[in-house]
Amino acid sequence: MASKKSQGTKSQSATIKKVLQRIKKYWFFLGLSVVMAAVTVASTLYVPILIGNAIDCIVGAGDVDFKAVTAILMKVAAVIAVTALSQWIMNICNNKITYHVTRDIRDEAIEKIEILPLKYIDGHSYGEIVSRVIADVDQFADGLLMGFTQFFSGVLTIFGTLLFMILIDVKITLVVVIITPVSLFVASFIAKHTYAMFKQQSEARGDQTAFIDEMIGGQKVVQAYGYEDEAMKKFDEINGRLQKYSLKAIFYSSITNPATRFINSLVYAGVALTGAIAVVMTGGVGFTVGNLSSFLSYANQYTKPFNEISGVVTELQNSIACAARIFELIEEKPEIPDAHNSVELKEVDGTVDLNNVSFSYAKDKKLIEDFNLHVKKGQRIAIVGPTGCGKTTIINLLMRFYDVDKGSIDVSGIDIREMTRHSLRAGYGMVLQDTWLKTGTIRENIVMGKPDATDEEVIAAAKAVHAHSFIKRLPKGYDTFITEDGGSLSQGQKQLLCITRVMLCHPPMLILDEATSSIDTRTEIKIQNAFAKLMEGRTSFIVAHRLSTIQTADVILVMKDGHIIEQGKHEELLARKGFYANLYESQFAL
Amino acid sequence: MKRVWIYLKGYKKECVFAPLFKMLEALFELFVPLVVSAIIDKGIAGKDIPYIIKMTVLLVVLAVIGLTCSITAQYFAAKAAVGCATGMRHHLFAHIQGLSFTEMDTIGTSTLITRMTSDINQVQNGVNMVLRLFLRSPFIVFGAMIMAFTIDVQAALVFAVTIPVLAVIVFGIMLSTRPLYKKVQAGLDRILGITRENLTGVRVIRAFNKQQDEVCRFKQSNEELNHLQKFVGKISGLMNPLTYVVINVSIIVLIWIGAVRVNSGTLTQGQVVALYNYMSQILVELIKLANLIIIVTKALACAGRIESVFEVESSMKDGSLERQEAMQQTPVVEFKDVSLRYSGAGDESVSGVSFKVFKGQTVGVIGGTGSGKSSLVNMIPRFYDATSGEVLIDGINVCDYKLNVLRDKVGIVMQKAQLFKGSIRENMLWGRNDASDEEIFEALDIAQAREFVEKKDGKLDAFVDQGGKNLSGGQRQRLTIARAMVRKPEILILDDSASALDYATDAALRKSIRDMKNSPTVFIVSQRAASLMHADMIIVLDDGVVAGMGTHEELLKNCEVYREIYYSQFKKEA
Repeated sequence: MASKKSQGTKSQSATIKKVLQRIKKYWFFLGLSVVMAAVTVASTLYVPILIGNAIDCIVGAGDVDFKAVTAILMKVAAVIAVTALSQWIMNICNNKITYHVTRDIRDEAIEKIEILPLKYIDGHSYGEIVSRVIADVDQFADGLLMGFTQFFSGVLTIFGTLLFMILIDVKITLVVVIITPVSLFVASFIAKHTYAMFKQQSEARGDQTAFIDEMIGGQKVVQAYGYEDEAMKKFDEINGRLQKYSLKAIFYSSITNPATRFINSLVYAGVALTGAIAVVMTGGVGFTVGNLSSFLSYANQYTKPFNEISGVVTELQNSIACAARIFELIEEKPEIPDAHNSVELKEVDGTVDLNNVSFSYAKDKKLIEDFNLHVKKGQRIAIVGPTGCGKTTIINLLMRFYDVDKGSIDVSGIDIREMTRHSLRAGYGMVLQDTWLKTGTIRENIVMGKPDATDEEVIAAAKAVHAHSFIKRLPKGYDTFITEDGGSLSQGQKQLLCITRVMLCHPPMLILDEATSSIDTRTEIKIQNAFAKLMEGRTSFIVAHRLSTIQTADVILVMKDGHIIEQGKHEELLARKGFYANLYESQFAL
Repeated sequence: MKRVWIYLKGYKKECVFAPLFKMLEALFELFVPLVVSAIIDKGIAGKDIPYIIKMTVLLVVLAVIGLTCSITAQYFAAKAAVGCATGMRHHLFAHIQGLSFTEMDTIGTSTLITRMTSDINQVQNGVNMVLRLFLRSPFIVFGAMIMAFTIDVQAALVFAVTIPVLAVIVFGIMLSTRPLYKKVQAGLDRILGITRENLTGVRVIRAFNKQQDEVCRFKQSNEELNHLQKFVGKISGLMNPLTYVVINVSIIVLIWIGAVRVNSGTLTQGQVVALYNYMSQILVELIKLANLIIIVTKALACAGRIESVFEVESSMKDGSLERQEAMQQTPVVEFKDVSLRYSGAGDESVSGVSFKVFKGQTVGVIGGTGSGKSSLVNMIPRFYDATSGEVLIDGINVCDYKLNVLRDKVGIVMQKAQLFKGSIRENMLWGRNDASDEEIFEALDIAQAREFVEKKDGKLDAFVDQGGKNLSGGQRQRLTIARAMVRKPEILILDDSASALDYATDAALRKSIRDMKNSPTVFIVSQRAASLMHADMIIVLDDGVVAGMGTHEELLKNCEVYREIYYSQFKKEA
């Protein structure tokens, strides 16, 4: 994770470019915001001039031009109204841009997640990815909003003030301008140093999120093993690291403000000195006390934006570091897209051919090599073998969750890489051992594969797999809301729901990976009947340990270490007295 | 909010010094208009250039002092804020770890994660800003007012009116946006949940071609969040324009009063400039305050959300009993008319179960899906407490034991094989953290896992990904069994934990457990009759009720449910 640290400014500007690209869409609001900022700044700057004029009308006892003062103050009132209104509109525009951009980025992120190769998702902790989509984007939004509200008006204020100051007196303006670069230098010096610290902070935060995700997700095991203290120790280690980096990042970035403010004060003192001398020298005619008052007010306003901009710059540092992390995810290489000429698999005839397939998850560890299998329409293929022999991998390949390294897989005579993933996967009904349910009602979970199913169809499917009776007993029946990962449902109940889900859509081909491993055998036998009906005329792949579910298969593939070592019907394999026969007999051993 | 104070207590020094130095800085800032006023009234009026230079040097000195104070304050504020957040994360994590299964089931993982990360960050931000500015801003505001009073009481009355009006605006906006920020955080929770689900369920979602639906679902929630954010933004965006108007209207009044008072000779021109400068200072401060208010309001909303997690008390009270030597004749495990109803559930999941198990016995628990098998054994290590009846271990109610003592006695292997990021050895040490490699290999032997572990690069040092994603289901399961065996438990519970194992491995596993030297009392929960038919006692559950109890032969003879299960698995062969 600590690899991409030193690229510094280059990657920073690349990130900024990407952010700008996403802002482009909202050019209208951006334009409006800039215009409003200009109006706000101009009118804000105009007020001190007016007030200065008013002060010049108030010279001393008995020497006050009330008529002029009234006229000026009326003008001030009008200008204030304009300022307030334009400021409010600007705020709304900025909010809009910021929140729309963050929304867009999150949308992009989720779209990316849907097309990321399984390899990426399997290889990254969920917590880390989630932290990018949620926490990082949030931080980014904070920075962006601050940038908008303060950056524009800051820059405009600087130029506006300069203009007004030059109009009043060029020489004193020079005093102000000469000190300015110092302010900029200090701000950029600090900013450069804090970027790296913010990145470290962000990384430590990612580590922590991943750890929390793991420990809270696995809390039951943590408690069962009394691992709390150990977990706490590890947590504190990461927490301490985060504390160290955060303190550094926050402290160094917060020096910017006082530092630039100090330079402001120098400017202020410079103006006071030269201005006062100018008044004395000109005898209060060429340069008035009112002018000095306006000037001092400007000196404050002129340097304040530097102040703010430098504040914003540090905030932006942080937000760019966060944006870089989210863009890393968004720009992750997606799975190879469907070729543009890829076909829709419409008529599934049920033949599946694996030709010389080789595959492995890691290059240095061979798994499946030169695998051949030819399945005819309607055949039932059972895959058995000791754990870890590559059964689940076959399913990863059939569903094209992973692409084969060598060889090809054909469905209905077409290479699956030449058809759309959508149509390929629609051709299969899949039930995995790893039961997964989404947050939502029971019904919503069942109709995943067929959203337009009627209540009757849903109930019929549930009855077919004997899930109806337990669903009925839930507090709200089919409308019972289940939380993340099924919550209080038992593993078996979850599995029944997953089977119902497939039952409902009548797919042409089936993949059952340990589909009934958590279901009791009495229910299983009943489900088998339903499956049998479902599988009639359909090609199906069944991974199972329970030999009773396998006996009736047309072809049994016995796998070991990624190879098929035996292949045939139950009786043939038994007669061969090989690996399968061994496996079968062990069921009844002891 | 109260909670934040608790964690700030450890940083008393910092909490005092940060605002103190900020206030010092502000104090010196407040002198600036006075100095300028002196320059105008004395230096310019008296054409006294050396005096002007002297005063300018004073301005620079004030600036230097201000800088020093400010940097000191920033350091203390950052230290206190980060320290507070770190402490809070530590305790929140500890608190969450102490929650029982019942609470975890209802709260959900994803919201706990946002609270531990994003919410605490916001609080940290808030604390930092408060320490820096919340005292400084009022100080400047009131300080400016007091300074104004020292110049001219009548003109200063304008300040006295303006400040309450500003307070109403500031606090009004803060109060009205606070509940909205809470909603925003809840919206964030929702999209976090969806993101997580899309990662955990990636295979199913793709298999059902649901990617687009999921994207829509996410976008919808994201859109809702977006609307909320914009709405809150609109309200808090009022702050700046409103305060601006109020301040400038008071400046108009101030100038007018100034004009009158100067005309009558009670005020000088320089003093009017000073008054005007003070009002401007208030404005500058308020602009800062407005940004701060947003941060603080968010922080308060987040602190509330964190507090609500702290308020969830574990429903499980720890007992006090340390280790206890069992009497020879007492049963190791005894259930006395035990029932369990999950919170929020309609029916009891287990009702009226009674049985006794003696040392070294093997008990099988069999029954249909949802018949209450897991619920039954989950009560032994007190994952859930019986709603009625008593569960006794060595003759003592499980509720009387200290939880860690109780759980030390029990090794449980759950249905879901969960491993953690780290080496295989680290995972094994979960069982007992002082286990030697030899002991670990012994446990791996029993769990039939030695072979594949030895094939791995680095063996015990081989790396396991989060959730054991780089291992197959069967490998994961065997490692979780080994993890339980490392602990050498007195009671071993295998909760359907051999479901991903093939029969040969399953059988070998059972044999090696039985051959152990000090073989534990074993509970085997399974749907495979073969896995438990040799048990000393088999408990047959049907819908949470005991349908039969006894040995395999007895049950075959007189338990209809058991017969059905058995013959469904051993058709003709039996």
